[in-house]
Amino acid sequence: MTDHSHLSDTELRVRALESLLTDKGLVDTAALDAIVDIYENKVGPRNGARVVARAWVDEEFKQWLLADGTAAIDSLGYTSTQGADIVVLENTVSVHNLTVCTLCSCYPWAVLGLPPTWYKSFPYRARAVKDPRGVLAEFDQKVPEDVEVRVWDSTAEVRYLVLPQRPAGTEGLSEDELADLVTRNSMIGTDRLAGS
Amino acid sequence: MDGIHDMGGMDGFGPIPIEPDEAVFHAPWQGRMWALNTALGAWGKWNIDAGRYTLEQLDPALYLSSSYYHRWLYRTENILVDHDMVSREELATPPEERMVERQGEPLAVEEILARQRKARSARVDENIPPRFKAGDQIRARNIHPKGHTRIPRYIRGRAGVIDRDHGVFIFPDTNAVFAGNKPQHLYSVKFSAREIWGPEASAVDKVYLDMWDDYLEAEG
Repeated sequence: MTDHSHLSDTELRVRALESLLTDKGLVDTAALDAIVDIYENKVGPRNGARVVARAWVDEEFKQWLLADGTAAIDSLGYTSTQGADIVVLENTVSVHNLTVCTLCSCYPWAVLGLPPTWYKSFPYRARAVKDPRGVLAEFDQKVPEDVEVRVWDSTAEVRYLVLPQRPAGTEGLSEDELADLVTRNSMIGTDRLAGS
Repeated sequence: MDGIHDMGGMDGFGPIPIEPDEAVFHAPWQGRMWALNTALGAWGKWNIDAGRYTLEQLDPALYLSSSYYHRWLYRTENILVDHDMVSREELATPPEERMVERQGEPLAVEEILARQRKARSARVDENIPPRFKAGDQIRARNIHPKGHTRIPRYIRGRAGVIDRDHGVFIFPDTNAVFAGNKPQHLYSVKFSAREIWGPEASAVDKVYLDMWDDYLEAEG
């Protein structure tokens, strides 16, 4: 055995669990490595950004995305590792959408990867439904009083993805360049994208 | 259950911990924990609702004082014991002192992901007539189930409007305790912020929740 004296109690406990399960033949180290690699390197918010950019340049795709998010997203090859339905919520000049999971931390992994720590945090889960404008202010986002804020509490196996407004002055950009403008937070609803 | 996990509307947790450009996992053990959970789920001994229910039953003080992946660690140990896949004694024994019998051959990653995709689809292909349609006035029932449920406390007793019918889905309250799918319609329901939070809330803002038929009653 290697020297584990520098490891925390938590690290030792997780190692012991993995080793027990490996000895029992319930998990395989190579499979665990592959799963970590998928979430660290392959699935992430770039998938969602490409969905958004396509919707910005292709009106027909956008209408399909809003009517049947699951099928439209599947068509781009981001087959859900999650198996859940995806509903896409369109931000407009009069509506801003914000997503949360108050009961746990449901999140559209297939298009955004694993959620950031703040999304899983107690203050976000507690306050997003009650004080969305205060929450948005913590992200330096201000929503005008007359713009309707819609908060979506993901209480079921339906995942929500926000389609942010296309920023002004981006008419000449290619789909790839547009995708680079799309932030993860804009697809959760905590970023309004400058210029939009 | 009216548990600590049901956090919607609570105050006192402080500012949101926003970290720019954060890593997917903050330490290798978190990635291992995530992967272990994914790989173990593929054995099909439990479902997503049972997994959540186990998490909700952590001691409230432990729940509040633990990070996300610490909660996953405690939950995974508990659910493995609940399903006789490991024992408390095995968990407490240092690896070098342990003698365990191999129970089978582990699954490859492709098989794990394929099973996950299949298991996590909660949509049920059954022709059940919907009780409500878009535009119908409803009220969230004032119920306090002792077991797992997905109707948050903050919405119980509140009046809203059906926004859309998602179709027929597995009912989590029964599925969590392996008491059947009880398939029923799942709706997106719209509530005004003021209906939930009172006159201090914005007059234009809304909160939408996904709610199963059993959580709703007709209004008016």
